[in-house]
Amino acid sequence: MAVGLVVLAYMALPVAVIMLLSFNKPDSNKTTYLLDENGVHWTLDNWTNICGGADDMCGSLWVSLKIGAIATLIATVLGTLIAFALVRHRFFGRSALNVLIFLPMATPEIVMGSSLLTLFISANIDLGFGTIVIAHVMFCISFVVVTVKARLAGLDPRLQEAAMDLYATPWATFRRVTLPLVMPGIVSAALLGFSLSFDDYIITTFNSGGVRTFPLFVWGANQRGIPPQVNAIATGMFLIAFVIVAVGQLRSARRSRRAAAS
Amino acid sequence: MSAVLATGPAGDTEYEPPAEPVAGAKRRWWVPYLQLLPGGVWLLLFFAVPVGLLASSTLWDPSGSLETGYEMTWRWQNFSDGLQTYAPQFWRSLEYSFIATVACLLLGYPLAYAIALKGGRWRNLMLVAVIAPFFTSFLVRTLAWKTILSDHGWVMDVLRMTPFFGPDDRLLATPFAVVAGLTYNFLPFMVLPLYASLGKLDPRLLEAAGDLYANPIKSFLRVTLPLSLPGVVGGTLMTFIPAAGDYINAELLGSPATTMIGNVIQSQYLRVNDIPVAAALSFILMAGILVLVTVYVAVSGTDEVV
Repeated sequence: MAVGLVVLAYMALPVAVIMLLSFNKPDSNKTTYLLDENGVHWTLDNWTNICGGADDMCGSLWVSLKIGAIATLIATVLGTLIAFALVRHRFFGRSALNVLIFLPMATPEIVMGSSLLTLFISANIDLGFGTIVIAHVMFCISFVVVTVKARLAGLDPRLQEAAMDLYATPWATFRRVTLPLVMPGIVSAALLGFSLSFDDYIITTFNSGGVRTFPLFVWGANQRGIPPQVNAIATGMFLIAFVIVAVGQLRSARRSRRAAAS
Repeated sequence: MSAVLATGPAGDTEYEPPAEPVAGAKRRWWVPYLQLLPGGVWLLLFFAVPVGLLASSTLWDPSGSLETGYEMTWRWQNFSDGLQTYAPQFWRSLEYSFIATVACLLLGYPLAYAIALKGGRWRNLMLVAVIAPFFTSFLVRTLAWKTILSDHGWVMDVLRMTPFFGPDDRLLATPFAVVAGLTYNFLPFMVLPLYASLGKLDPRLLEAAGDLYANPIKSFLRVTLPLSLPGVVGGTLMTFIPAAGDYINAELLGSPATTMIGNVIQSQYLRVNDIPVAAALSFILMAGILVLVTVYVAVSGTDEVV
């Protein structure tokens, strides 16, 4: 157990460093990640002036959010449909579909990114916002399918049968029984897809053209000097996501406690 | 930056749909096809076709360019050119990702074991703690390692007190830093499949082993380890495969002497614009990984992987 906690501390270490650095004022953007012997120069500037670091930083953040939202929406819809098909029906080509879904998860990102680039070049498609969205949807679908499938497969079919026994039409059963029960799986698939899309660097860099997402901005800034506000943004993202997950955990814990008590 | 939450507890058994349709499920035969059509077409068009195109582009004539287009000349020489010139980077990639995978296993197994078997009601919190670092940006986390391993940081100061490190030695821009970065970044990919596997372990089996006079070490080796093998295989695959193609850690934490094949592919595609050779390198990387994975899965004798 002690070893486990040590490993957890190791995993949390860079996050703690990032939080620390978000309050640090470096001598110049080139030394943002090099603390000198004097340690931390405490400042709140990175937080109060969060978009001031570089001209295109907040712009790239906004692009990432837009792409994430659109790609997540498309991927969640497409992936949920596939999950329903895989779980509810027997059909010809099922194992081939399973392979097609598993392969993107097992392929190195650099192969997926470069092969998509080859497609876009061959088809003379201009690289930009659209191609990034296409790429992100592509690699998110598999994760959505796996997540929703796990949830859907665990549902008790008798609940639907009970609904039918109570004269519900198939559509009403789906809307009032199945969908609410699968929704947690769909939601976590969407969250997973969003975080994958937001944080993606390798596939995006191959297919972005001139469009800069936040990871692309950070990478490019690595040469010139990274503004310390990046750490504030990263810390902010962490806190928002942490709150979302914590709230979700608390709600499910409360729900199960209530169910156990009744 | 991939499979984290996907390998949940129910994720590794193949679900069989009911032999008869679920009550109320539409019996029309074309429903599943309609459902899988949009997603399936997307994956075919933007995953399968590109990979096939990549395979064919490995045989293009490299003397073309983006403006003039490339000619398909069945130039198998692209492969040998790529292998000859970049063999060191290939070996380095395999070496670094292998070491990182082993390190992830050594670090991740105790953690997964602690969460699954000793976690109790803290289990969910610990799982969130495993996934939480993912909520910050991958790049920023790797950059934070630059701070941790920097020449004047605490880590180096402590290490310089030991006899192994002189005042001029550094950890940044060494293979150690790159492997450490790889290990750190892919640790959750190892922990989660291991947890999924260990979580299914029936604790009564361990009790039974104890009843039969096995000491803790023996129960671990003869009961826990073999039963967690699917998790070990899944975790090592989910770690090794992306690590072999990674180049972010090498770029941010390494030096020109530690370039991996990912760095080469990226620069060939985006800077030098030498598409056929870059495609050949990609293809060799993918083929190499496939071969290693197939051998590994066959040797470990388990077909439950994800």
